[in-house]
Amino acid sequence: MTSAALGKDLVGLEPLTADQIRLILDTAEPFKEVSERPIKKVPALRGKTIVNLFFENSTRTRISFEFAEKRLSADTVNVATSGSSVAKGETLVDTARNLEAMRIDMVVIRHGASGAARFLGERIRSNVINAGDGKHEHPTQGLLDMLTLRDRFGRLEGLKVAIVGDILHSRVARSNIWGLTKLGAEVAVCGPPSLLPRNVRDLGVTVLPRIEDAIAWADALNVLRLQLERMQAGFIPSLREYNRVFGVTSERLARAPRELAILHPGPMNRGVEIDSDVADGPHSVILPQVTNGVAVRMAVLYLLAGGSPDWRTEAGE
Amino acid sequence: MPTTTLLDARAIQRALQRMASEVVERCGGTADLLLVGIQRRGVELAERIGALIEGAEGTAVPRGKLDITLYRDDLQAIGPRPVVSETRLPPSLDGRTVVIVDDVLYTGRTIRAALDEFADFGRPRRILLCVLVDRGGRELPIQPDIVGLALGTQPGDRVDVLVRELDGRDAVELVREVA
Repeated sequence: MTSAALGKDLVGLEPLTADQIRLILDTAEPFKEVSERPIKKVPALRGKTIVNLFFENSTRTRISFEFAEKRLSADTVNVATSGSSVAKGETLVDTARNLEAMRIDMVVIRHGASGAARFLGERIRSNVINAGDGKHEHPTQGLLDMLTLRDRFGRLEGLKVAIVGDILHSRVARSNIWGLTKLGAEVAVCGPPSLLPRNVRDLGVTVLPRIEDAIAWADALNVLRLQLERMQAGFIPSLREYNRVFGVTSERLARAPRELAILHPGPMNRGVEIDSDVADGPHSVILPQVTNGVAVRMAVLYLLAGGSPDWRTEAGE
Repeated sequence: MPTTTLLDARAIQRALQRMASEVVERCGGTADLLLVGIQRRGVELAERIGALIEGAEGTAVPRGKLDITLYRDDLQAIGPRPVVSETRLPPSLDGRTVVIVDDVLYTGRTIRAALDEFADFGRPRRILLCVLVDRGGRELPIQPDIVGLALGTQPGDRVDVLVRELDGRDAVELVREVA
């Protein structure tokens, strides 16, 4: 099914227009209120079946999608890959085609390979939503970060956002860069040179080599999780060293010319990329990010679900 | 397309005044009364009826707003509306007399959706329906309790309610389809 507003799938923020991104953010606003109701449920997606197909571990994103689906009254099935036919060597497309043969409507997929969501979307009729594909994109995380920033500052245009940490391996960074720059924010990246993509400036961002520079420049810091396995792979010398040079600490924030909003996609390594007193401090919007995640995912599901009734003819049936 | 003005600003004002008295009369006063406007123009009309009741009775009348988009039964047919508006209701509707205020009553499907949505907010003691225009053409067994203007229309007609808060002027207009 193809939604008039967004198309069939949400694979990333790169292919979306500024208006489409704004539509998702605006649609998320009323969905915030649904989660505050005594009965946190509306019937908008009643009768829709959604499969959450997670080839990588995830707690927060999977639960957030599941809440979003349930609050829209969809029926949901979670497929974890361990213990499933995937562990027996079934390919991604075979798994999805088998699910589709059971007449599902949407697939939310997380996969370790960049491009997995698009690959799947091109091969099945169900709507596909990317919940993170390799190092490519994590569009709903980008959207919830943008919604949280818009809540905090009332605007995105002209806002200065510094993304701090492992940009090279981060799909969150990429979705943030695409989404924020499309809506007129200024984006900078800050991290060890070994963890910055070589042509990152081509994405329209500034590179700030020192965390002190990022703090002096930005309105908001989006602090990325440092994947601990990066140390074993030799990208950074040690966690203590990383914290000493790039850690977001209250001492460093105290020297900021303005009060920064602090975002983190979670899960946090307290004492590595972010100190506990910053994560729990008054400028942290880390928990509002989680709340907004449900609203943004409800908006995406809702917008993709509505479509032209003659989709079967478009699909050649 | 020929446009006929059914009600001008003064006629709307008189209709609302009568509707406000009827609300108080039908509810036996203003105790536990809650006026709920259906997004979007119902919200403005509920606001005005509420102000008229407050002026006449000297008591505060609480208002709510309801967007029924997520309770519609035609998401498949028409696709999602661009933007869902705000819903704001008190934490519980238990024991209240709820008066639904909307601009035009036509097929009845909006009201069906509103009744479903209220059920998720509690159990009102009673629900009344108050509309500025009843244009006939019901597809469900739903009838209004308080009506500003009732008229028969053709399926191709459009009844536009304009309110000054959103449209710059007050009017009810019938736009007739040319055969």
